[in-house]
Amino acid sequence: MHARYTWRTLIREVVLILLALAFLVPLAGLLNVSLKPQNSQTGALAPAWPPTLDNYVEAWNQASLGAALANSFVITVVSVVLIIAFAAMAAYPLARVTRRWSRLTFYFVIGGLLIPGQLALLPLYATMRDIGLLGSLWSVILINVGQQMPFSVFLYTMFLRELPLDYEEAALLDGCGPLRSFVTVVFPLLRPVTGTVVILNSVGIWNEFFTPLLYLGGSDNTTAPVAIYGFVSQYVSQWPLIFAGLVISVIPILVVYFALQKHIIKGFAGGLKG
Amino acid sequence: MALPHATTTPAEAREPAAQTPSGVPPRRARHRVGVRAPWWFLVPAVGVYLFIVVVPSVNGALFSFTDWNGLRPDWSFVGLDNFGTVFSDRAARDALVNTLLLAAVATVVQNIVGLLLALGVNSMVKSRYLLRVIFFAPVVLTPLVAGYVWSFLLAPNGAINEALRAVGLGGLARDWLGDPDTALYAIVAEIVWQFAGYSMVIYLAGLQAIPAEVLEAATIDGAGAWYKFRRVVLPLLNGAVVINVMLCLIGGLKQFDQVMAMTGGGPGTATETISTVIYKSAFSLGDFPFSIALAVVMTVVIAVLAAVQFRLTQRRTS
Repeated sequence: MHARYTWRTLIREVVLILLALAFLVPLAGLLNVSLKPQNSQTGALAPAWPPTLDNYVEAWNQASLGAALANSFVITVVSVVLIIAFAAMAAYPLARVTRRWSRLTFYFVIGGLLIPGQLALLPLYATMRDIGLLGSLWSVILINVGQQMPFSVFLYTMFLRELPLDYEEAALLDGCGPLRSFVTVVFPLLRPVTGTVVILNSVGIWNEFFTPLLYLGGSDNTTAPVAIYGFVSQYVSQWPLIFAGLVISVIPILVVYFALQKHIIKGFAGGLKG
Repeated sequence: MALPHATTTPAEAREPAAQTPSGVPPRRARHRVGVRAPWWFLVPAVGVYLFIVVVPSVNGALFSFTDWNGLRPDWSFVGLDNFGTVFSDRAARDALVNTLLLAAVATVVQNIVGLLLALGVNSMVKSRYLLRVIFFAPVVLTPLVAGYVWSFLLAPNGAINEALRAVGLGGLARDWLGDPDTALYAIVAEIVWQFAGYSMVIYLAGLQAIPAEVLEAATIDGAGAWYKFRRVVLPLLNGAVVINVMLCLIGGLKQFDQVMAMTGGGPGTATETISTVIYKSAFSLGDFPFSIALAVVMTVVIAVLAAVQFRLTQRRTS
C-alpha cells in the first residue's frame, strides 16, 4: 500500500523517531544516574562525567544481589521447564480426544484464566505455611506452575488441534506407545508454541514481585525484585545507589531481550492470536 | 490473559466428522488407525492446578462468609458481615473507585497509543524494525523497577518538572506523586509508557493480517485515508481490539507492583488499589476476613466485566 517513500513518510519517520527518543528517556536516565557520584543532585539527563562504578559495587554488596539473581534464575528455569512438561502433556488428550470428559476438562482448566490470584491468596498462604514451604523457593515455583497452567494449556491445545495426525499414526504403525510417540514425535512438532510459552512465562516469572514478596520476603532466599524492594526502602532517595541496584537487577532480562528481540516480540504477539 | 472468545467457537466443540458434507467421507478417517492419547497425561497439570488455583479459590470464597483468621483451625459463619465491613470501609471503597478508574483510563489511553504506534511502524519508514524494538522494550522491564524510575522522573525536582520549566510551562510543575489529584494519573502514565508496546505488537499482527487487496480495492473505489481506516481497517482489527482491551482491563484491575513502587497507595488513600488493600489488610493488619471478602469482590468485578465484554463482542461479530 505504501509503495514509495514520499515526503509524508519522511515526516512520519521523524515524528516516530522523536517519540522513540522520548520513550528511551526513562531507560537513559536509569543508566545515567547510576553512574553518578553518590551525593550528586544533578538532573536525570545531565551527563554523569566522569562516570563511576562505585554505586554498582556497593549496591551489589548491600542488596546481596548475587544470591537474589541466582534465586530468580533458578525459580524461572525450574518453573518454565515444569510448565512446559505439564501443559504440553495435558494438551495432548485435550486436543486429540473428542469425548465429553475431554471438552469439560478443557473448559475447567481455562476457566482459571478468569480467577484472580487474590481469591486463592490467603488459603494458599495458610497451606504453604502449614506444610512448611514458607521461605522456600519451591513455594514460588509451585505457585507459578499452577497459576500458569490455564494459559499454557490453552496455547498448547489450540496448536495441537491444528496439527495433522499423520505423524502420530506413522509412529503408531511403527509400534510406538502413546508416551514414546508423544515425547519423540509430537513434542518436537510443538516447537513454535513451546517458544511462545517459554518467552511469555520467563518474562512474567522473572519480573514477578507479589508472590515472592509474600512467600520469600523476610527470608534469606529473595528474588531480584524483592531484594530491590527491600534495598530501596533502606536507602530512600539515594538515587545513584538505588539506580545501580535497579540496573543490575534488569540487566539479565534486557540483555536477553536485545539479543532475541525478534523472537520475543513474535512470542508476545503470537501468544495472543489463539 | 483471558481469551475466552477464542475458545468457544461452536465449530471446535463439534466432532470433526460432523463438519464434512454428508456422503463425502472425512479425509483423515480413511486411514485413521486409532491414535490414543491417554487420560493420565492430564494428571500433573490438573493436579497442580487443583492444588494452587481451584481448591484455595473455593476455600477463599467460602471463608469470606466466616471469621476465619488464618491461624486458628476453628471458625464460624458470619453471613455477609465481612462484605458489610468492606463496603462501609473508606479505604476499601476508595480502592474500588481508584482501581476501576485506573483500569478504565489506562485501557483507553494505552489502546489509542498502541494503535497509533502500530500504524506508524507498519508503514514504509526506514527505521521501522528499530522503532518496534524500542517501543516494545519497556514491556520486558520489571514493573517494580520501572515504577521506581518513574517516581524519580516525577519527583518535585525530577526530569519532567525540569523539562516543563525549561519550555516555560513551570506553572504546571508540581509534585505529581504527592498531589492526590494527580498521583493516580501519574501511575497511569507509567503504565501506558510500559505497556503501549504490548498493545502495539498485537495491533501490528492484526494490521499485517489484512490482505493488501482489500486496501487496494478501497483505494480504487476512491476511499480517503480516514474513511479507509474507519470503515475497512478498524472493523478488521476487531479481534486485536478485544484481546487488547481484555488484557489491559484485567491487568489494570490487578494493579499492584507500580503502585507499591511509586506511591505505596498514598498520599492518603489516593492511589490504593484493591490489590494493595488486600495485601496490607492481611499482612500488615492481620485482618484476614476483611482481606478475603475484598478478594471476592474483586473476582466478581473481573467476572462481570469479562462477561460484558464477551457479550458485546459476540453481538458485534454476529
